[in-house]
Amino acid sequence: MRILPMGPTAVLVEELPAPPASVATALAERRLPGVVDIVPAASTVLVTVDRTGALEAVVAALEGGIDAAGSEGGGAVVEIPVVYDGDDLDDVAALTGLTVDAVIRLHAGASYRVAFCGFAPGFAYLEGVPTELHLPRRATPRTRVPAGSVAIAATYSAVYPTSSPGGWHLLGRTDTVLFDVDIDPPALLRPGVGARFVAT
Amino acid sequence: MSLEVVESGMLSTVQDGGRPGWAHVGVPHSGVVDPSLAAVVNRLVGNPGDAALIETVGGLLVRATGPLTIASDTEPVARTVRAGDTIRVPLGGRQWHYLSIRGGVVAEPVLGSRSTDTLSGLGPAPLAAGDRLSAGAEPAEAPHGETVPVHHVVRPARILPGPRLDWFEPDVLEAMELGRWRVTTSSRVGVRLSGHALARVDGRELPSEGLVRGAIQVPPDGDPIMMLADHPTTGGYPVVAVVHPDDVSIVAQTTVGGDVTFRLVR
Repeated sequence: MRILPMGPTAVLVEELPAPPASVATALAERRLPGVVDIVPAASTVLVTVDRTGALEAVVAALEGGIDAAGSEGGGAVVEIPVVYDGDDLDDVAALTGLTVDAVIRLHAGASYRVAFCGFAPGFAYLEGVPTELHLPRRATPRTRVPAGSVAIAATYSAVYPTSSPGGWHLLGRTDTVLFDVDIDPPALLRPGVGARFVAT
Repeated sequence: MSLEVVESGMLSTVQDGGRPGWAHVGVPHSGVVDPSLAAVVNRLVGNPGDAALIETVGGLLVRATGPLTIASDTEPVARTVRAGDTIRVPLGGRQWHYLSIRGGVVAEPVLGSRSTDTLSGLGPAPLAAGDRLSAGAEPAEAPHGETVPVHHVVRPARILPGPRLDWFEPDVLEAMELGRWRVTTSSRVGVRLSGHALARVDGRELPSEGLVRGAIQVPPDGDPIMMLADHPTTGGYPVVAVVHPDDVSIVAQTTVGGDVTFRLVR
């Protein structure tokens, strides 16, 4: 594990002993005083505190070792019903050498877990995409991807919580609400939470 | 009683202390760009420092619909206005201005904050002509009786080494210290600077990682960008340095076309 500086009130941690989401969950469970945000990302965890002195306890906890076992999102698995009629299904089939049916079967047959969130409130990067479906982003991003779009890019799948520009391959759509500020917690897919897509 | 927006000027929004604690689900911190200046302007009217107030780049014109106690950084004294009185917050002097109302601006909180997040769209919409902003309940504290000086501090902003320092030339921080950096664009998301391009020695793609206010990201063109209130929760450009939290407003309050300098501290 490497602890990198991010100013007087934050550290960035990499070379983690467990997936970033698991380390973040385990660290959050310590409820260290002064901690504001614990942000897992692709291979790092950022920890921010509200005052300079609070960072010492965070660094001590990290150096003392984080037991990330059992911090896998509590085993919750969210089922997301999907209508597989996305605009990029044919392109994805062509690029992967698979039939459209095989693309859908592979995507809906896999088990996913939220690696981290970012890009927009409630936008979760889901890992678990079958290797046959790993593709770089579209060469030309769309200026508008509708809310509820189910998509893949690189090793991740995601559901767009709101309409936004985006460069992912669109496989389908869901009516499931991903982010609602009036619900506690507001994000359905939080780091560590499991997910499955169900073709409807 | 309320303030009616006559001209919304250049980006005027309602802001408070923002939404800390939600970055792990992709929600930006948001909140006032210059917390210490906003706190002064709030306290002038007896509000808590982090009460909701108006933040504007300038060109804002509002009209009172009844008696209200207000203050701004351009007129840093609490004063009472009556129905029909207008208050103008001009452009210039500093990038971000504040106008407080005694009792705070009433707005629907979203995830505990009344701040407009220009990146994610959370919170109230930016102010537009015709909007009416009501004052909240009277605070216990009396308005401040005297004018408070609120000069824009011009001194080098302290920078600390960032997490991806080793992706750059070994003397990159010293080069940042020696240079003058022109503010080329400024928004609530970040401030883009131009001086000399900061060359990377590591050309790899950086997987997205967490960001903080004051983090200086360097995109491939080499022109650094300092993250501000509405910065995305994660970013894919290496962070070469981090501006000390107490000095972020020195950079943020420099108007477009102005220069900033840095001083390295370790």
